[in-house]
Amino acid sequence: MTTPQTDIPRPPHQVLDGADISRVITRIAHEIVERAKGAEDVVLLGIHTRGVHLARRLHAKLIQITGREIPLGTLDITMYRDDLRLKPARALEHTEIPAGGIDGRLVILVDDVLFSGRTVRAALDALGDIGRPRAVQLAVLVDRGHRELPIRADYVGKNLPTSLREAVQVRLADADGQDAVLVGDRDYAARSSQALAAPTSPDPQISE
Amino acid sequence: MKRHLVSAADLSRDDALLILDTAEELAQLSGRAVKKLPTLRGRTVVNLFFEDSTRTKTSFEVAEKRLSADVINFAAKGSSVSKGESLKDTALTLQAMGADAVVIRHHASGAPARLAQSDWLHGSVINAGDGTHEHPTQALLDALTMRRHLNPGLGNDLNGRRITIVGDVLHSRVARSNVLLLQTLGAQVTCVAPPTLLPVGIGSWPCEVSYDLDASLAKTDALMMLRVQRERMNAAFFPTEREYSRRYGMNGQRMAKLPEHAIVMHPGPMVRGMEITAEVADSPRCTAVEQVANGVSTRMAVLYLLLGGAVFNDGPSDAPRTETSEAAQ
Repeated sequence: MTTPQTDIPRPPHQVLDGADISRVITRIAHEIVERAKGAEDVVLLGIHTRGVHLARRLHAKLIQITGREIPLGTLDITMYRDDLRLKPARALEHTEIPAGGIDGRLVILVDDVLFSGRTVRAALDALGDIGRPRAVQLAVLVDRGHRELPIRADYVGKNLPTSLREAVQVRLADADGQDAVLVGDRDYAARSSQALAAPTSPDPQISE
Repeated sequence: MKRHLVSAADLSRDDALLILDTAEELAQLSGRAVKKLPTLRGRTVVNLFFEDSTRTKTSFEVAEKRLSADVINFAAKGSSVSKGESLKDTALTLQAMGADAVVIRHHASGAPARLAQSDWLHGSVINAGDGTHEHPTQALLDALTMRRHLNPGLGNDLNGRRITIVGDVLHSRVARSNVLLLQTLGAQVTCVAPPTLLPVGIGSWPCEVSYDLDASLAKTDALMMLRVQRERMNAAFFPTEREYSRRYGMNGQRMAKLPEHAIVMHPGPMVRGMEITAEVADSPRCTAVEQVANGVSTRMAVLYLLLGGAVFNDGPSDAPRTETSEAAQ
């Protein structure tokens, strides 16, 4: 027997607050320096939109730790998406590759939520057209699971086991006025890539 | 945005700015080693040119190839059109071949509009110049060039800028598209030409008209030269080339009267010595070559925005596209 409560969507509840996010970024920055042995050839590339804000914070933290300037860029993966034909054409964001390029460097892609892996797949395709990095690593604030491609993150802020019925919202002060990660129920059909053709409009605050 | 781009008047201010901003982002591509995006992979674009054109056709072709579209060049000369095939039958043939977009250049004003309004083709129709009517992608690339020099930055328009269009307005499709688009973007346009080279009804265009180039120079932010289209001139529109050159040609003296920040634009091909002196054409203030580069990114932006997303039908029917049997009927 189903209780009436199972049909009522659970309101979003906070799993990370501003202090948590700040701690997570500091930890990831230290991990990068440790794994990249001083981060000498690291290039940070933030994936639009919230990945860019996170990359900026990570960049500031890395400079603080290493005392060295680390190249920072932004990447728009719109033209490489595999769902372009399923939605209206979207406006492009600004792609900025640091002056030194990415050839032979260790590129660290930064995004807010790792979900199906399709965004990262598109980002890898975009990188292939821009240059040939020595290696590519991935840093994400939240890994919520449900991968549809063989992709994993190298640096994870928080592993957040979710169901497909749930939505993860990342809010960052730069874009949304406050720092928080929220999880709550939502209509599964609206966001799942299995149901991308559905004519519902996605909530822009829900990542991936 | 509408499904077709037939006239600059089809574009709202938001549409025009979206195209310009997208073009600005796509312009970065030309600096890369791999100048290609996978966006239109598997889409077929037909360049249907009923009239000779080198730079517009090449520009479209480069734009289409950079977006990975399959490109078919359909020149009317030497094709079945010269055997008497109608526009409708050509369109039905292209539809049967699965064209997702048709870029059309036609000597008859209104041919792209006819194609867009008909149900012969289900793909997008992009006007690459029709008779003496319109050339909207040229107007967009001109607007991109002007914005770069006069009001750089994404999302910016040309509000309050004063643009002077000089020359053969009568035969120019570039002039009409530019007047319409520049008005949408907030600029004030003045058309300067001899009375014989102004079209009937220019009074209804959203621009001022003048016969005196020198009087307009001091308050011009961008001076747009037009080509004198000798091939369209079937009568004497001005006494001599020398006289035209003296009154409406651009030379060093006239350039000195322009404000410091003003640019001189030319859609090409330039007729040096008559419309424009070599001194002006080769000066850093002349943007003719820059306009060519901007043409590729503007056309990429238009193709991406019309074709890059989901396929929508304008009509009441929302049925998915299928191979039509029209061609067989």
